[in-house]
Amino acid sequence: MTDGAPRMTSRSPLLAVLGAVCALGALSLGCGITYFEIPIETPIQPKLDVSAFQRVLIAGFVAGGSEDVDANQETVRLLRSQLRSKSSLRVIDAEVMPLIEIAQDQNRSATADDEVPEPVGATNGVGGAPERGDQPLPLPQEIRDEKDIEPYERLFANTAYWKRIGEEHQNPLIVTGTVLFMPHTRSGFVSRDQEQYDSFGRRRIVPTRTFTERKGFILRPKFVFIDGRTGATMHSESYREEILYNAQQNTPALSSYFELMDRLVPNFLNALSSQKIRGTRVLLK
Amino acid sequence: MLLRLAACLAIVTATSAAPVRADARSDARAQVEFGIDVAQRGLWREAIYRWQRAVEIDPTYAAAFNNLGVAYEHEGEFDKARGAYEKALQIEPENVQIRQNFELFKEINDRRRSANDKP
Repeated sequence: MTDGAPRMTSRSPLLAVLGAVCALGALSLGCGITYFEIPIETPIQPKLDVSAFQRVLIAGFVAGGSEDVDANQETVRLLRSQLRSKSSLRVIDAEVMPLIEIAQDQNRSATADDEVPEPVGATNGVGGAPERGDQPLPLPQEIRDEKDIEPYERLFANTAYWKRIGEEHQNPLIVTGTVLFMPHTRSGFVSRDQEQYDSFGRRRIVPTRTFTERKGFILRPKFVFIDGRTGATMHSESYREEILYNAQQNTPALSSYFELMDRLVPNFLNALSSQKIRGTRVLLK
Repeated sequence: MLLRLAACLAIVTATSAAPVRADARSDARAQVEFGIDVAQRGLWREAIYRWQRAVEIDPTYAAAFNNLGVAYEHEGEFDKARGAYEKALQIEPENVQIRQNFELFKEINDRRRSANDKP
């Protein structure tokens, strides 16, 4: 009898736990599932009202920074293909506009016009130079950085020019802008996990900080949306993306360009068309 | 005697209020379950109607508010979604699943707003 009592007491907590588990199990079975995962698609409305346009012209970009990538051609090609599949606007197939040359031509004619006296308040002719009244900044022949690209931006304010381009293509929405894709290096301490073995042969992962030189690229596009009916800028947006690799890693410039553009394309598309963000949520009973 | 009567009345009131609440919850639960069923078949407007009915019947039903938040989010009605999630969390602040839904919603909503705020 004296042996039985302790056995009884030692078993009773175990039985109690088992009982509780069974009770919980029965309860959950009785209640059934109380939540459901469901896929949802959240619509994001476009930033621009483009309902007045049936067509879009990706005209071209003032591009520079790296000689390894023709950022004008590649950006036009990429945006056209994205819009073809992800927008209801018809994409116009046209020659990619060499905007650097166009801007320089406009600049030359503006400078020439300045030398000939004209009545005050005269506006630029169709496809002509920017508005008079201020001395245009010289345009650098080669674009290496932000400073070089800045003077080219007045091209987008030339409403008469863009209106003429719009008329040539039956008044579409015009997308243009600047793209700077430039090589970039950065040195500094980088934290890395390092595998180490102690005296007992046990493996350990130890974070270590090492000084490394990394190289990569910076992509700085500015998208300008122009109303082809009036030549006026409707909207513009600028982005900056950067990618860095180990100095030993040899990544082609073009693949870096696409990697960086991939990050920006959803934002660009969202300016023109509604996007859907896929996700999962939990519905509860 | 009067005291006994008052005590009896209190007991009757207390015992009858509980079934009323239970009935409201079970009616609301039926609406919620139907809503889940139709939402799983992609009928989100119908689901919203059902979950709205559920919160009318039982305004303390956090799950119904949570589901409304999900449905409004799916329909792109961001202000309503935020309101519904906030109400659900007000009722059940410790509910991990509601909190998780709300965090995911906020992430998308913040991204959308920052994109729209850009000049």
